[in-house]
Amino acid sequence: MLRPVLRRVATGLVVLWAAATAAYLALLAAPGDTVDSIVGDGADTPQIRAQIIDEWGLDRPALVQYLDYLARAARGDLGRSYLLHRPVSAIVGEQVGPTLRLAVLAAALGIALALVLAVTTRRPWARRVSSAAELVLVSTPPFLIGIVLLSVFSFRLGLFPVSGDRGFAALVLPAVTLALPVAGVLTQVLRDGLDRALDEPFAVTARARGLREGAVLVRHALRHALLPAVTLVGWLFGILLGGAVIVEQVFGRPGLGQVTLAAVTAKDLPVVLAVVVLSALVYVVLNTAADLAYLIVDPRLRGSR
Amino acid sequence: MMRLPGPGVAASAAFLAVAVLAAARPSWLAADPLAADPLHVLEAPGAAHWFGTDQLGRDVFDRVVHGARHSLAIGLAATLIAVTAGVTLGVLAGLAHRYADEALTRGFDALSAFPLLLLALLFITIAGPGTAGLVGAIGIATLPHYARVVRAQTFVVRRAGYVTGAVAYGGTRLRLVARHVLPNVLGPVPVLAMIGLGEAVLAAAGLSFLGMGPQPPSPEWGAMLADGRNYLRIAWWASILPGVVVTLTVVSLTVVGRHLQHRFEGRDPR
Repeated sequence: MLRPVLRRVATGLVVLWAAATAAYLALLAAPGDTVDSIVGDGADTPQIRAQIIDEWGLDRPALVQYLDYLARAARGDLGRSYLLHRPVSAIVGEQVGPTLRLAVLAAALGIALALVLAVTTRRPWARRVSSAAELVLVSTPPFLIGIVLLSVFSFRLGLFPVSGDRGFAALVLPAVTLALPVAGVLTQVLRDGLDRALDEPFAVTARARGLREGAVLVRHALRHALLPAVTLVGWLFGILLGGAVIVEQVFGRPGLGQVTLAAVTAKDLPVVLAVVVLSALVYVVLNTAADLAYLIVDPRLRGSR
Repeated sequence: MMRLPGPGVAASAAFLAVAVLAAARPSWLAADPLAADPLHVLEAPGAAHWFGTDQLGRDVFDRVVHGARHSLAIGLAATLIAVTAGVTLGVLAGLAHRYADEALTRGFDALSAFPLLLLALLFITIAGPGTAGLVGAIGIATLPHYARVVRAQTFVVRRAGYVTGAVAYGGTRLRLVARHVLPNVLGPVPVLAMIGLGEAVLAAAGLSFLGMGPQPPSPEWGAMLADGRNYLRIAWWASILPGVVVTLTVVSLTVVGRHLQHRFEGRDPR
């Protein structure tokens, strides 16, 4: 049991290191001088330049700077913003709250909707309607969903505020916008899983015991259908974070997405890098956790390799 | 037994044909997308302007038709980069020694650890906004899709009898790969690329919605949405109709792609 666990954790660490290195290479590949980026529009004298080179350690060999970057990143120090002259971790820490609230509510809504849809649309005609709806949801750009919801529920019906982050009402439309594409994909995966589980011998046995079809579905097949959906947890996170950038822009909400966009526009590379590396970290942690959960749930996997 | 494709597939294929025509010869379908008419600003859809007009009095339909060129070209170029790089790296990983294979595979893993949109934003921070940055960013972010599939295919093919035979027959490695391995691993790639094209168009629209794509006044679907958003309260058509066209394009690509996939795999296309 220990070997496969260690193997998966080690793989996760290697992927993380590769991601951090790729991000560092991006920093090196950026056109223009790092000193120029830090000076920005501020006072520019040879003394200030020398001071910056000294302060940021830019005169050291590239390899030393790279190792120093890795060591600091491992301690959670992701550098300082060129623009705001503050630690990136502080900037991200302040803004992560609203985005997290949005993502968690959206994930909960999306998962709940997918469960209900996958279980209730078993009849052929319902399945056809639901499949078509899923395809449209998956293919619709999230900003379009957001704009349609805004125009119907805020402008026509006046049910929800147009923008901002005051209270729960302002969170509803953004969360629904993010949740709909998630529900589209998850419903497809769950439905395939249910189809496969219902063909298994245990489903036949359960039916032979006289269980109603609904009970077979919910009590027996659904658990099996949920397993493949667990592997999607990393993907789900990526979709929520990427989607949050767009949704925050549509609804004028504060959060990590707005910070990232502002940093991209201002070429504030350390902030962009920090968000990107952080998202890779969460992705790897979630995926490794999902892999380990699989090991616990399914003993057949423990022997492999 | 050959079965005719259903009405959904036929409609999707027809829509794609019109979209391709719009991208190749926009002037056959629509008038000048930049012609502003200050007397007819934000007019609702009607006989004169099918999709209405925007805040400068430009015809939204004309702009959507001309925007097809930008949006589809970005998606196509990005997919082309992803397929070329993905197939090359996938074949390399599939043929390589165990350690080199492991390194490449972990590289693909690392690349997919970044959410597509954030990786693209990082790329754009470095390369600057505009069409080139967009294409490169989406191309690099989606290459692991193709690389993984091709690597798995290469594993199967390299053990096939005809490859062993070709090795015994002699000849350069390059010739072996080009003549025997490559043609046989490419099978699933075109269909994957078709579905991937939809994803690329979607990502491109999202990034240009954020202002990272082709700069105004050139018409691009995502940018049109961002533009029209400010007038949403009085003129929904200027932002929602271009968005609907993006959705129809992506749905059509997926429907036709899946149909071809089922046919290719010998399953009954539904």
